[in-house]
Amino acid sequence: MKSKIVQTVANIVIPFIVVFGVYLVIHGHLTPGGGFQGGAVIASGFALLLISFGIPATKRKLVETKLSALEAFGLILFITFAFLGLGNSFFYNFLANSGLIFGDPVPHGINLGNLNTAGTLPLMSIAVGLEVLAGLSIILLVFSRGERE
Amino acid sequence: MMFPHTSVLIIAIPLLTAFITPVVGKVIRPLRNVIIFLSLLLTFGLVISLAWDVYSFGHVVYTFGAENPGITLPSGYSLPIRVIFNIDGMSVFMALMIAIVSLVAFVYSIDFLKKERQDKMDKYYTLLLLMCVGMYGMVFTGDLFNLFVFFEILSIASSALVAFRTSGEASEAGFKYIVISSIAALFILFAIGIFYSQYNALNIAAIAANLNFGVLDKLALSLLLVGLAMKAGTIPMHMWVPDAYGESPAPITLMLLIATQASLYALFRISFSLFGLHANLALLGWILIIFGLLSMFVGVTLAIPQKDIKRLMAYHSISQTGYMLLGVGVGLAVLNDPTAFSNYGFKAMEGGIFHMINYILYKGLLFLTAGAIFYRLKTKNLDEMGGLAHRMPFTTLFFIIGALAIAGIPPFNGFASKLLIYESVYAFNPFLSVIAMLVSVLTLASFVKVFQSAFMGPDINKSVKEVPIWMLVGMGILTLLIVLFSLFPGLVVDTIIKPAVIALAERQAYISAVLGGVL
Amino acid sequence: MNFVYLSIVVLIALGLYAVLTKKNLIKIVIGISIIESAVNLFLVVLGYVEGGVAPIYTLAPSEKMVLPTPQALTLTSIVIGVAVTALMLALAVNYFNKYGSLDVRSRRLMK
Repeated sequence: MKSKIVQTVANIVIPFIVVFGVYLVIHGHLTPGGGFQGGAVIASGFALLLISFGIPATKRKLVETKLSALEAFGLILFITFAFLGLGNSFFYNFLANSGLIFGDPVPHGINLGNLNTAGTLPLMSIAVGLEVLAGLSIILLVFSRGERE
Repeated sequence: MMFPHTSVLIIAIPLLTAFITPVVGKVIRPLRNVIIFLSLLLTFGLVISLAWDVYSFGHVVYTFGAENPGITLPSGYSLPIRVIFNIDGMSVFMALMIAIVSLVAFVYSIDFLKKERQDKMDKYYTLLLLMCVGMYGMVFTGDLFNLFVFFEILSIASSALVAFRTSGEASEAGFKYIVISSIAALFILFAIGIFYSQYNALNIAAIAANLNFGVLDKLALSLLLVGLAMKAGTIPMHMWVPDAYGESPAPITLMLLIATQASLYALFRISFSLFGLHANLALLGWILIIFGLLSMFVGVTLAIPQKDIKRLMAYHSISQTGYMLLGVGVGLAVLNDPTAFSNYGFKAMEGGIFHMINYILYKGLLFLTAGAIFYRLKTKNLDEMGGLAHRMPFTTLFFIIGALAIAGIPPFNGFASKLLIYESVYAFNPFLSVIAMLVSVLTLASFVKVFQSAFMGPDINKSVKEVPIWMLVGMGILTLLIVLFSLFPGLVVDTIIKPAVIALAERQAYISAVLGGVL
Repeated sequence: MNFVYLSIVVLIALGLYAVLTKKNLIKIVIGISIIESAVNLFLVVLGYVEGGVAPIYTLAPSEKMVLPTPQALTLTSIVIGVAVTALMLALAVNYFNKYGSLDVRSRRLMK
């Protein structure tokens, strides 16, 4: 059943959920969160979209082939960051404390938290976040194929 | 000077190929098979290079994410803090087996699954490469939690592949397999938690250096034994083996064989390297021997009345796993006794580990021939086959070689490894050796039955031809290796098996490779 | 602290009871999920330090923190659990489509 109340509230809430998920992904190295947690929150926003607007309307917005391409892109980005440190060893954090993107030195002890630190960790979190949101959304769409309408 | 990144490239290259396979499969379809074949071949070359390094220089360690991958303890630390790969003779022995088997499985699948939809085949190849990554990770790692993660990667990928033909029986087999794998993995995780709470370290060498064999360690040992024995298909936790081996496509059964061998490797690693210096080795060895005896005997007795050819072979593979457990268990039981170990314990372990590679070769060949019969006849029931020797000459020849090898007939390689096990187990306890020989006779009996009903007899299937070329190439590679191993068993034992046994028996060397110096 | 360890053992026993005796596929999946939650709880409880706060340096109230490594292990275990549950449910859906019921007794011997 598609009720007007649920659709109106979903219209307001889903952008907040997506923004919160992106916040969790990017601040993974400072506060609780990271790639998987943020991706799962965004996928739960898509699940809310699925149950409040019905399956045909959602399938117009979330196309399975594009999500599959996004998932592959996230995985390849992750493994590329791991390979780039191969000058020293696999998964070496070559951006930490170096001055390039995300390269500020890490302060010791209790501090206010600087987003610009920790090298390849936020970049890998973003790659994992893309991959997880695409993967979980594809699982939701595939399971919804069996619905009797 | 050896190239330091060999060991991690063996894991990274199949992983990268697994991630780009769906993309390549959608964009440039014909290039996909070529890329996968090249990456598997490159991995095989890297494994041989790593084996050369280990046989020349001793242990090879690799620290993830450090400035210098060969240094495990940065200045000022006394415990290793990163994930470390600790590679010795036994690890490269398993890696050689995985490299050969993955190449053969890929070559065989090109023709065996030619009739499936190509986007389904994209996912098949991705999961096959992920299985390879999981197995390489399990045999290389020196860190308990890393072992658990690769164990789960392996079981998820292989369970999805068992249910590849989405029929009802295949889905049931895949479901049973993932339930049992998941329970085994959760037991292992519980044991890892117990170890972390006591020693504040997850590295196998670091825990082994500080181990004291108290009540909690005994609990962790029993949980680890139960979990890994569940996954290796020993009695009494064998219920998933006939279903999973029987319902999966033939090249996946080949990969499942080596996946259960990887769990057996993990069992040996924790018995020898983790608990080797401080535990009651006689008791631990006898537990392995009891598991081995039960598996050998019950496996072959349940195989005799079977009518389905792949289920029959699956029950046989349970009993062959028992041989390996028996050989290595005898070696473990006498490890602390130097005279007994050099008299017969070393030979028992050699026999058990040599049996591992022989088992993969001849069992894999037998499963691939069963797959070839299924490809042409679309049936697995022995009652409906007959007279195939007239129509499929190559397959018949491969089956004869495989059946003679599994029964232990000289001069094939099965005889060499079984003779090592019989001689050394007889010196340990004559009763065990008698049971082993009895099981071998029963194995021969059931394979004579299979040969009679499938290949001899009247020519009732007149329309079948021989199987396509890539399936023959896959089976041919395994047969060639069986013949080579039968002609030069001494060379194989000296080059590959002896370093593996020495690596397992030298427990202090494993710890010193990571922690540096003698403790 | 003994109350927590006792409840973990009870949860594992309940989960094993569900997996071994129930005949509906979905109930077996729920049993595995219970065992997995119990093991995750065990891992998190291991790192407890008397009077410690969450191990985050950003705006932390004090320097004394609980151990962070078991929390990373638990996170990995939760991710693996999600993948395994999704796979088991997909196989159960396929079983239902081919056999028409979720009862385990429809086919051959099943544990």
